[in-house]
This record gives sequence, C-alpha cells and structure tokens, in this order.
Amino acid sequence: MQELIIEGAGCASCVGKIEKALTNVAGVEHAEMNFAARTVLVNGNAKTEALIKAVEQAGYNAKVMDANSPDGAMEEKEKADWAYYKKLMRDSTIALILGVPLMVYSLVVGEMTVETTNEQIVWLIIGLLTLGVMYFSGKHFYVGAWQSFKNHSANMDTLIALGTGTAWLYSMVVVFFPEAVPLMARHVYFEATAIIIGLIDLGLALEVKARGKTSEAIKRLIGLQPKTARVVRDNKELDIAIEQVLLDDVVKVRPGEKIPVDGIVVEGHSSIDESMLTGEPMPVEKMEEDEVAAGTINKTGSILFKATRVGKDTALAQIINMVKRAQNSKPPIGRLADVISAYFVPVVMIIAVTSALVWLNYGPDPAVAFAIVSATTVLIIACPCALGLATPMSVMVGVGKAAEAGVLIRNGEALQTASKITAMILDKTGTITEGAPKVTDIILAHADDKNHVLQLAASLESNSEHPLAMAIVESAAEKNIELKKVTNFNAIAGHGVEATCDGQTLLFGNEKLMQSKNIDCSNYISQAQSLAQEAKTPMYFAVDNELAAIIAVADPIKKDSIEAIRRLQKNNIRVIMLTGDNRETAAAVAKKAGIVEFFAEVLPEEKANKVAQLQMENEIVGMTGDGINDAPALALANVGFAIGTGTDVAIESADITLMRGSLHGLADAIAVSKATLRNIKQNLFGAFIYNVAGVPLAAGLLYPFFGILLNPVIAGAAMAFSSLTVVTNANRLRLFKAKEH
Amino acid sequence: MLIINILGIVLIGLIVWWFWLYKPAEAVNVGDGEIKVVVKNGIYLPARIKVVAGKSSTIHFYRQDASPCAATVLFPDFEVSEELPLEANKSVELPPMPSGEYQFHCPMKMYIGTLIVE
Repeated sequence: MQELIIEGAGCASCVGKIEKALTNVAGVEHAEMNFAARTVLVNGNAKTEALIKAVEQAGYNAKVMDANSPDGAMEEKEKADWAYYKKLMRDSTIALILGVPLMVYSLVVGEMTVETTNEQIVWLIIGLLTLGVMYFSGKHFYVGAWQSFKNHSANMDTLIALGTGTAWLYSMVVVFFPEAVPLMARHVYFEATAIIIGLIDLGLALEVKARGKTSEAIKRLIGLQPKTARVVRDNKELDIAIEQVLLDDVVKVRPGEKIPVDGIVVEGHSSIDESMLTGEPMPVEKMEEDEVAAGTINKTGSILFKATRVGKDTALAQIINMVKRAQNSKPPIGRLADVISAYFVPVVMIIAVTSALVWLNYGPDPAVAFAIVSATTVLIIACPCALGLATPMSVMVGVGKAAEAGVLIRNGEALQTASKITAMILDKTGTITEGAPKVTDIILAHADDKNHVLQLAASLESNSEHPLAMAIVESAAEKNIELKKVTNFNAIAGHGVEATCDGQTLLFGNEKLMQSKNIDCSNYISQAQSLAQEAKTPMYFAVDNELAAIIAVADPIKKDSIEAIRRLQKNNIRVIMLTGDNRETAAAVAKKAGIVEFFAEVLPEEKANKVAQLQMENEIVGMTGDGINDAPALALANVGFAIGTGTDVAIESADITLMRGSLHGLADAIAVSKATLRNIKQNLFGAFIYNVAGVPLAAGLLYPFFGILLNPVIAGAAMAFSSLTVVTNANRLRLFKAKEH
Repeated sequence: MLIINILGIVLIGLIVWWFWLYKPAEAVNVGDGEIKVVVKNGIYLPARIKVVAGKSSTIHFYRQDASPCAATVLFPDFEVSEELPLEANKSVELPPMPSGEYQFHCPMKMYIGTLIVE
C-alpha cells in the first residue's frame, strides 16, 4: 500500500481521472482518492516513480506521503490541528449566536414557558433552530456517542449528547404537548442545549491550541534536522534532500551550517555546537576520525565527513523516537485515573437516572422540571477528559523539558521513580572523574629503569581494555617507547592482568593480585598508601614473581562533579561512590568530591549486590554508570542512569540516559521528574475534586439545605474549561528551569 | 409514579448490562498478519482484533477523526506509541507477543481497542 499527496486537483471530477491514470499503471490493483485530503491510496506492487509519472501525465503533481518522517508528520499534524481548531471555533460561534440571545432573554424577561399557542409557535421555531445548531455544531458529539454506544463503550461524547439531547427532547415535549406536563414545569431549555454545545466546542478549540504547546520540545528536536545536505559524489558537490543521503556518502559542511546526518570526519577540523543534543553549552573540537551527529551546528571550519548513520538510524532520530515514546507512556500514578475512567461514564449515567428518580419522588413542584434539570446538569458537568488528560499532558511536557536539558527519560515509570530517589550510587571512573587517567608516579622497587618498566607494563596493558591500562599505554606512547609482543595474556577480573614477554612472567594489578601470587611487597605498602591518600591509584608491577615497581595513575575529578553532587545532597539524596579502587584512593577521591559514603574494592560483579544492599535498607536507589559494564547494577537499581558523553550514548540501555558527561544532568533529571510529578498530582487532584464535588452539586445535593441547584449552562461552562485548566497547568511546566547551573 | 420508578431502575439495569456485562462481539481475525483499523467518530473499527501469538503483526491505522485525542495510539504492554496522521495510513508494527488480551488506546483511554493474542 502506498500513499501519494496530489497537488493541483481543484475539482471533484479530478478524482476519477487520477484514479483511472493510476489504475492503468502496471502492478496497481486499486487506487482510491480522498478528495478532501488530496491524497490517494494505491494498492499493489507498482513502483512509486511510475505512479508519480502517471499522475503527472494526467496533468497533476504527486509526491510521496511520508507519515513516517518526523518532520512531515509534525507538519501534517499541525495543519490538521489548525483545521480542527478553526472548525471548532466556527461551530462554537454558530451555537453561541443562538444560545447567548436566548440566555439574555431568559435573564431579562424571566421564565421561558409555553402557555399560549403563539408561544408554542415561537418556541417551535427556536426548537428547530436549536436542532440546526445540534446538527451543525454538535454533530460530532452525537455521532461519536452513537458509535461508542454501538461498541458498548461510552465517553465524553455520550455525556454531552445525552445531556443536551435530554434538554432538547424535554423542551420539544413541552412545545408539542404542553398539557402532558404540569403547568409549573412547562419550561423550555433550548438555550441550555445551544450554549452547552457552543461552550464545549470553544473549550475543545482552546484545548487543541494549548495541547500544541505541550509538544514544543519535540518540535524543537525535529526542527534540528536540516532538510538538505551537500554531498561530494564524483568530485562534484551536490545539494540533495536529506532522505537521499546514503551510507558512506562524503558530506561537506561549511561554518554555520547544521550537520545533516551522523558520520566520521575525514577532512578538516572545526568546533561543533552539540548543546541542542547534550545540553552541554561549550562547543566541542572535532578533527579527523571524530564523530559528528545530525542536528548539531558546525561553528568554525569547513569539514568533510563520511556518513555512518542516515535516516531513522541517526542519534537525533533515535532521540526523537525515544522522547515521543516516553511522552506517551504513563507513570503508575496515572493508573488509578485510568481505572476510574473505564467506569466513569456509565456511573455518571446511573447517577443522572438516580438523581432524576429522587427528584421525581421527593422533589418539590415542579418535580419533572427539577428532575430534567438535575439529570441534564449531572451529565454535562461530569468531565472524564480532565481525569484522562491529567497525567499524559504533564508527562508530555516533563519528558520534553528533560530532553531539552540533555536528559532522555525512557518511560513514565522511570520519571515517577526518579522523583522518589533517596540514594544515588555513582560509579567513580568516568562518572565522577574524567575517566581519562594519567600516569603520575613510577616508584622503582627491584627494577632500575623507569622507561623499561613502562615499556613492559604498557606492552602488557596494551591487551587490556581497562581505563587505567589505557593510561599506561598512552604514557609510553607520549615517551615514544616501543611496545613489545606479549603472549599468554590473561585478565583476572577485579585483580589485574598477567602475560609473558621475552620469557619473563609479567603481573600487573592490585595488592590482592600480588598476595595471591605470593609476591612480597610489604616494603612498599606505605608508599602505595601515601599515593592513594593523594587520590592516586597505585598499581603493582611484578616481573618473574618479584615486585619491579609501583605505577600510580590519577583520574582527575570532572570540574562540575563537586557542584552537581552538592545539588543532589541538597535534595536530601544519600550520595554513595562506588569503585574498584583501593580504600585509600577511594577515600581521597570521595573526600575531594564531597562524598561521605563509598564502597571501595568492588568487583564488577559485586556492583549489583551493593544496589541490593541499599534497597534492603529501604532506599530507593538510583545507579549511575557508563551503561556497559554496569548493566546488571543499572537493571537492578530502581532507576538506572547511563551517562553518555557527546552523542555516543547507549540510548536503550538505561531508564534515564544523560546525553552529556556532567553529573548536573543527574540533578536536572531528578529536578524535572519532581516538578512533573508535582504537576501531575495537582492535575489529578483538581480533576478528582472537580468531579467529586461537581456531580453531587449538579444532582442537587445542596438543594434541601440551601436551595441551590446548578444551572445546566453553568455546568457546561465548568465542564468545557476543566480540561482546559488541566492542559494549561501542564503547560506551566514549560517555564520550569531544570538547569540551575 | 411506580411505573416511572420501575422504568428508572430498568434503565439503570440496562446501563449496567450494556456497558459492563455484555459480552463483546467476535474479534476480527488478522489472517496474513496485517489489518486495517479505522479511527472514526470516537472509536476504533474494528475494536477487537485477534492475532497469532509469537508472530509479529502489522496494524494499518487510518485516522478520519480530527480530535487530537485520536492522534496517538498506544500499546502500553509493548511500549509502542505512534502518532496517527489525519486522513492517512500509518502502519504500526507490533513485536511477537505472548498469548493474552492487551488493550490499545488513545492517551486518555477514550478510544479503546482490544488485541487478542492466541
């Protein structure tokens, strides 16, 4: 099935011509045009190009309807919403043009009763005009209610259709058969029918507008994607549509332009503003071999890069998808409202019938009129929409707001749990620290040449993927030391590594490793400890079962970690550092970072146990790690935060992904989730209270005590604006500032 | 008055029966793993769909309802949510699912459909 947008089809007779042209194309089984939408749906396996050509030959233009492209879909949605808004405003105006003068008349002249034949004729004409309003302005309520009814379900349309329908029918009975009703009850309610339809249409129209604002964040993300790209093919520069960029195309980007797809720089260097994706305000320097991401802005130099991810595979497209999905997921707090919504409308219908019966049996005269008014008012005032909108609207804005701060929230549940976190475990390396350690000291034991020690250690560590190993290898590279070939390499998890080089057995790792191999390092333990107290990580290097040297490596704390940790602590969150490092180094780093509690010498497989241990203490635990080797701990934690740097993020790996390396993202995520939950609670509370108070009031509960019975028109106004209030309150979240730094 | 009271009570009984006790109509079987669902006038048509367990399925939604509520369809059990363009087709791919009954609905749960996986 393919869908084309047709341009230039100005009359309904074009439909047949276009359908015929398409049916004649080989492979087309059936073509059906929707004239109103100017689209045509084609069944069969014909090629798109052939279809477009056939339409063009028939004298029109055609293009592919791409509902799956976020840009196109958003534009279409905006157009559809705008058209719907205009229709609702027109419908509302028509209804109010009839309803308002009637209302004014009833207020000025008094009772709208049917007593004489002349009154009968006048009210009949007005009744028919009201029927016209019901058809033109309220048809959607009645059709929707009937369709739902046939389907054994009921919704807002059911309540409005029943309420306004009851008022109109009763009024028509009064007009046609006044004698059938007691004298005092010969009252017509045409003004209520017209005004209720007008007000609810107006409320819906304003709601459509307000809803548009809730998706501003996603619109901004979608707007980041440029529409064209300049590719170099056969030594020629071509400007092509973004959809036509292929993998491995070489793309040229000049200063000030947006990066169109993801890729790797092959020529040139520049600084790139990635703030729109990561929230990180400082531009990032990029040179050959560095990755660039779609949607980011090239600031200074021209670059050529090779496309590595295009279309829906780019990081930006994945982020957009994830944000959209999360915006539509519901946190557990919204489930109660869902359960209530499922029973709400039939329950309101039962209350309306019961209320009418009670008035008929026990009400004062005119009991029939009171019964009709109370039943109509109950049906009209009840608002399932406010309940239904309360949670999704806030989630929509909250998740979008988080995305703007470079925080990707996976779903509503993560959003809710993040707001309740009481303890946060931070992995030390790469999370609190830069994750790029450097060699700071080499203390010789039974060796006499630091460079030789570094050569052997780096040769050994070049086989390891540990961040500390990288520091040793880089240090050797900086000194232009050539590496040797090692054999029998073996990584001992949580302890270190071993291998053979030039017939010598090399061992590199922590004190535990040396102890397990019975290597005496007692004379050097105090030196190692003093290194550790300086927040350095001392490691022992042994050659042929004899300690050769201690090599110390330090990983600087990220410049904003201390401030971000303080923000977490200010929110009464217990911050705990977790590291595989020895106790002294851990204590020194924790002290520097302002952390009181830490777990040191933790093996990778023990990280999850530490999470469980805190959960046993009734803490709601957040775990922050790099998302790869921390997977079990991230999964076990109540909320797992994966910390990414730049755009290289494992988007699907955690409950919440921080797009930038800064721990401020963590505090931002918690701040946004708290604000969103607060907003949801306000909305739910408002919607519950509105219905819980409104329905009994409409049924006339206050009448026996204070003589108060709600007017159906007031109920209509309250109902129309209750959902608008919910959407407007959710929109307040847009003003929330996640970043305090 | 007695008759009116009896009529009122019968009406309440009918509401309970029609909306809660009535057994829903037969679900539409998805033969070749694909089906078209029209979103129109506040409902999904068909609203009950039967698909085969353990196999991926595709539902082609066609939205004719301009209400913003209808613009998004959610399959919460499978973390699937899709925007439905107005007067256009949108294919929603569902992963292989275990047997059971699952709801799909708009964000406000006013439009509700049931997916029966067997």
